[in-house]
Amino acid sequence: MKLTLKIWRQKDAKSTGKFVTYSIDNISPNCSFLEMLDILNEQLIAKNEEPVVFDHDCREGICGMCSLYINGRPHGPDDAVTACQLHMRKFKDGDTIVIEPWRAKPFPVIKDLMVDRSAFDKIIQEGGYISVNTGGAAEANNILVGKENSELAMDAASCIGCGACVAACKNASAMLFVSAKVSQFALLPQGQIEAKQRVMRMVKKMDELGFGNCTNTYACEAECPKLISRSNIARMNREFMCAKVI
Amino acid sequence: MNSSFLQFSSITKKIWMAFLGLFLMIFLVVHLGINLCLLRDDGGVWFNAAAHFMGTNYIVKVFEIVLFGGFIIHILLGIILQVQNWMARPVRYLVSNKTDTPFLSKYMIYTGGIVLIFLIIHFMNFYFIKLGWVSNPNFIEGEPNFYIIAQELFAQPVYSMLYVILFIVLGFHLNQAFQAAWQTLGINHPQYNSCIQWFGTVYAIVVPLGFIIIPIYFLLIR
Repeated sequence: MKLTLKIWRQKDAKSTGKFVTYSIDNISPNCSFLEMLDILNEQLIAKNEEPVVFDHDCREGICGMCSLYINGRPHGPDDAVTACQLHMRKFKDGDTIVIEPWRAKPFPVIKDLMVDRSAFDKIIQEGGYISVNTGGAAEANNILVGKENSELAMDAASCIGCGACVAACKNASAMLFVSAKVSQFALLPQGQIEAKQRVMRMVKKMDELGFGNCTNTYACEAECPKLISRSNIARMNREFMCAKVI
Repeated sequence: MNSSFLQFSSITKKIWMAFLGLFLMIFLVVHLGINLCLLRDDGGVWFNAAAHFMGTNYIVKVFEIVLFGGFIIHILLGIILQVQNWMARPVRYLVSNKTDTPFLSKYMIYTGGIVLIFLIIHFMNFYFIKLGWVSNPNFIEGEPNFYIIAQELFAQPVYSMLYVILFIVLGFHLNQAFQAAWQTLGINHPQYNSCIQWFGTVYAIVVPLGFIIIPIYFLLIR
């Protein structure tokens, strides 16, 4: 495959970036998107040019490090995958591919396509934990958990915190991420102790960091590589109302 | 503006938007009921009687304050939330978002803005006459003859056409707003979601259609 790549290049957080166009040839359709970028970087290094910086780690869709906005969609033109799971067969020979970093005020660009997502860590620090007594592990069956809630909690916990929800949302809202993190505890008995303060503090931190507000377009749900449901947002709203009123 | 108003959390603001939006949707049905009196060929007896009742009944007058408050807070919150949303992405994407989302869900502020412009025109044409802020010669027994005022407005093809377009826009606004309000209020369950969606769509078609019939009736049939 022969492709034209239009990539956001930015020297550092303080510099003004710009799009730079590259041509790349002999790309296998079976190549992953990140492998294609690796090939590009090898060519750039061979020419003594600065390689394109992009986030990646596990390359199997579980670490949440990928953060590429490809042709107008976070993680590219495939559903329920991260950019590392995206293959070049999803593109046509001769295509122009525009690659941008996540765009959101709380996700500043560090360099090229790499963004600082520590805003998510700050939200987690506000309530993404439960209190457990130290000492010997208690008998697991002492606390019974219903099958349905257990499944829903696991679904919510499958959020990898990649930030595609923020990137996709027209308002750069982090509601899907925060609601998944609230839900994974709210659905389980172990999460009840800090339930009220968790939702209040996490929402407060989310607002402080400058994320936008949810306007129910559900772009977040559509682009989530882990198919986190918007029902988590409704659950968080319920949790928030209960915490405020009761 | 009170700074504490701005300091409400994003979810609190949205919950208020949702509550007030649903309240305004109930009001719209009442308004439609009164407007449909225009279709009676009685020289405006029913319509003016309904307008007189709405303008003089003390319970209605109390609700009028709640209604105006609801409108103003709904509009203000919508603007505040939108400004915050624009600020949350200072650098825009080169390629606009291609994510598949419900039709016009991304344009609520714009459809809402169009409704607001119409609302101001509507107030100038009717409510401000009642208050005496706008002069109009059509008075009957010391009260504005809203039937004649409406008839004269709908006799203008441009006004009627804009009226029809406005209610189509309002229909799109309501279609998204109804299900969004329930989602914001935490009502999301596989058992009820399709019912909420269905009711919202039916409401968003039937109520605007009820309003649209009136200028068409005056233009084509009268």
